[in-house]
Amino acid sequence: MHFTVNGAPRTVKAAADTPLLWVLRDELGLMGTKYGCGVALCGACTVHVDGEAVRSCQVLIGTLEGAAVVTIEGLARAGSLHPVQEAWIETQVAQCGYCQSGQVMQAASMLALDPNPSDETIDAIMSGNLCRCGTYPRIRAAIRLAQAKMGT
Amino acid sequence: MGTMGTITRRAFLVASAAVGGAAIFGIYSIARPHANPLDDDLPNGAVSFNPWIKIDRETITLITPHADIGQGAAHMQALLMAEELDLDLDQFKTEAGVPAAAYYNGAFALEAAEMISATVPLPVTVLHAMLAPVLKLTGLQVTGGSTSTADSWVKLRTAAASARETLKLAAARVHGVDVTRLTTHKGAVVMPDGKRVRYQDLAVPAAGIRPVQTVTLRQPNEWRYIGRPTARIDMVAKCTGRQTYGIDATASGMVHATPVTNPRRGAMLSHDATEALAVPGVRDVVKITNGVAVVADTTWAAFKGARAMRFDWGPAPYPGEQADHWAQAEASFTKERFQANWRNDGDVEAMIKTSAVNVVYRAPYIAHQPLEPLSALALVTDAMIEVTAGNQIPTQVRQVLSTVTGTHTPDQVIFRNQQSGGSFGHRLEFDYLRQAVEVANQMRGTPVKLTYTREEDFAQDFPRHLAVARGSGAVANGQVTAISLDIAAAPVMASQMRRAGLPIPPGPDGQITAGAYNAPYGNVQHFRVRGYAVPNLAPTSSWRAVGASYGGFLIETLVDELIHAAGADPVAERLRMIDDPVAHAVLETCAKMASWNGPDRGNGRFGGVALVHSFGVPCAEIVEIEMTAGGLKLHNVWVVADPGTVVDPVNIENLIQGGVVWGLGHAMNSEITYRDGMAEQTNFHAAEGLRLHQCPEIHVRTLENNPSIRGMGEPPVPPAFPALGNAIFAATGKRLRETPFKKFVDFV
Repeated sequence: MHFTVNGAPRTVKAAADTPLLWVLRDELGLMGTKYGCGVALCGACTVHVDGEAVRSCQVLIGTLEGAAVVTIEGLARAGSLHPVQEAWIETQVAQCGYCQSGQVMQAASMLALDPNPSDETIDAIMSGNLCRCGTYPRIRAAIRLAQAKMGT
Repeated sequence: MGTMGTITRRAFLVASAAVGGAAIFGIYSIARPHANPLDDDLPNGAVSFNPWIKIDRETITLITPHADIGQGAAHMQALLMAEELDLDLDQFKTEAGVPAAAYYNGAFALEAAEMISATVPLPVTVLHAMLAPVLKLTGLQVTGGSTSTADSWVKLRTAAASARETLKLAAARVHGVDVTRLTTHKGAVVMPDGKRVRYQDLAVPAAGIRPVQTVTLRQPNEWRYIGRPTARIDMVAKCTGRQTYGIDATASGMVHATPVTNPRRGAMLSHDATEALAVPGVRDVVKITNGVAVVADTTWAAFKGARAMRFDWGPAPYPGEQADHWAQAEASFTKERFQANWRNDGDVEAMIKTSAVNVVYRAPYIAHQPLEPLSALALVTDAMIEVTAGNQIPTQVRQVLSTVTGTHTPDQVIFRNQQSGGSFGHRLEFDYLRQAVEVANQMRGTPVKLTYTREEDFAQDFPRHLAVARGSGAVANGQVTAISLDIAAAPVMASQMRRAGLPIPPGPDGQITAGAYNAPYGNVQHFRVRGYAVPNLAPTSSWRAVGASYGGFLIETLVDELIHAAGADPVAERLRMIDDPVAHAVLETCAKMASWNGPDRGNGRFGGVALVHSFGVPCAEIVEIEMTAGGLKLHNVWVVADPGTVVDPVNIENLIQGGVVWGLGHAMNSEITYRDGMAEQTNFHAAEGLRLHQCPEIHVRTLENNPSIRGMGEPPVPPAFPALGNAIFAATGKRLRETPFKKFVDFV
């Protein structure tokens, strides 16, 4: 199985029916992607596959031949943080932080597809990412801040 | 640690003057500080002034023993030390430290004293003075009860000030300068000529000096950090995926494991591992208490193996069906199960002969389910038990785990506490640690990483205790004249302490009636709250805000019903009923923020209000909702709380918003119910709390009139339940006396 993770070519030995999540964590040692529910209910394991946000607990490694995977560790480019990460830090979003890798990856994907999302779009796209600490008011504010940063 | 020594000693003397019995602890052991755990392996060239501060030639290390479970405890503790030590926030690193009696939590004394004073005829001050030395003697290092800030407030600033003065003394000796001419700035002692000497360069000379014992803490007008917005020290790591949690711990040569134990919490009668062992990557299936652990090369293989296991489970040691749990509680308002009059003002019995309302409330079991599933990394050798995981009672971890193997003492248990991906009380328990050691003990020398599936985490969660209450009261001339609330609940403290191997506190369980009996309505002449203990229910554990999480719902729904019966305004009548100026200001401010002018807010929106006093903090919330075609929509929440002193206005706002979200989400959407002895809810689809689309705008203000500094992790939770329920009544005329509300109304 050959694919790229954060731009680097990778070959892994996991069985084809192994979810990407566990390949990232157990085989590649990329711990920023989190296990929360295992059944796409919480969004903690969100990564980008070929530019699109997916739940890595539901993507089997056998389907990823030639794919480009980006995880939270690879979102920053050329040493500078992604505008969504900058906005998250400026807004001081995180409490426990366990869901935030997934929140950041989901928000980055949403803004890439729709640079000016409506409140309804934000509600619809981001409601798949559970935050048990309840940082939603700050997530909303950080998305608007990131949107402003990306628009300039 | 002279200042602390003095404080403790004084507390003891007050205690012995009040009750001779306190002398059994002995003056010496009370006054003597606990050993400094940093002295145990301090390398050459390093200095430790006290259990919280370690400096060597390279690094300044601040120990933050209160577990960070998301509430920002590590940041708060570091901030208090940086304030007195004149450090920038990037000039030090933090460590959780080793479990140690030196890190005992003294702040529980005040919370306990306030609770005990309700049923014992002694003032809070006397009880507090009695309990403080007892807590010190137990040496219990525990994070909970919203006590981290209160416990750290004087202790950590004093520790840092002592270190600062000792470093100045060292600089004075090395450079032959009068110490009074020295100052400190950004991690250095500043000489009279402006020359800077880094703390790290003073580690060796400072190590030879007895730490300065008497220090003066800085005045509020000198604070650089306290009360001002700061960037949390863990924020960048948490937004870049670099923060590690217990579940991320690895060790060379480790195997993965996942537990499957009886979902009825009874025995495992038999099991068949044939199919599980056939799963590629599965190495073994080993027995643990009430079940098995599947051991494998990867987490995924272990999870697959667990799904392939076949079991015959024994019966539950509690009623199998949820209806029987409710029936058991409803049948508990008896003399035999009566625990205490938590409040008994006036003559309630006479007043409620013709009660204005006669209602029954129900509060369900609710699961903790932080987003990070339970996990632990364990290695057992003949010499040691080593465990890496997140837990809220690290000193007790060593006690509990030493009992697992039968061949190790607590001193042979090494516990490395980790940042937790949420807890909400979940990691006050030990089963996951015990199981990891049970597995590792069967394969000594091999590190075992044990990870729960979400389904196992739900099945084995010890939920919030269940309660049923009877409410009544009287009204006259537009006022509430009597309140009567009887609460029957499972005694959560006994359940939890038994599993922790800790003594069960004597006396009635204050978590049956917390948040209700201490409602600040002293101007209601007749006010009674009685507690009843329900036996033989499912085992339960502290859930964020513990008893107050439903106590607030019970009292504030009842009060709202009585105010409605009296024909009064929900805010104005509460303000009349309150006899505590701190709580009065909180509600008054909240009403002003919300532009309160009655429950019907115009524009089709309706408001509900609640005020709950929990963990020493009065907190008021007003929830604004609208009935839309798609269901009830939450628009705004205004929340005001008074923790005495605000350490970090940004983090406290985040924490308060999160507490409101926690309260609203579980009030609307979550419960645990039992069927055939098993929790029916198996993953987040069935108990999700709040998602973003249901989250209202949450407007926060904090006041600082409270005479003591308190924590804010829990106090915002209780008022959210009744404030929302009361808003729903205003909007629909439907009075909801049970959560989750989604059973009775539809939300957007």
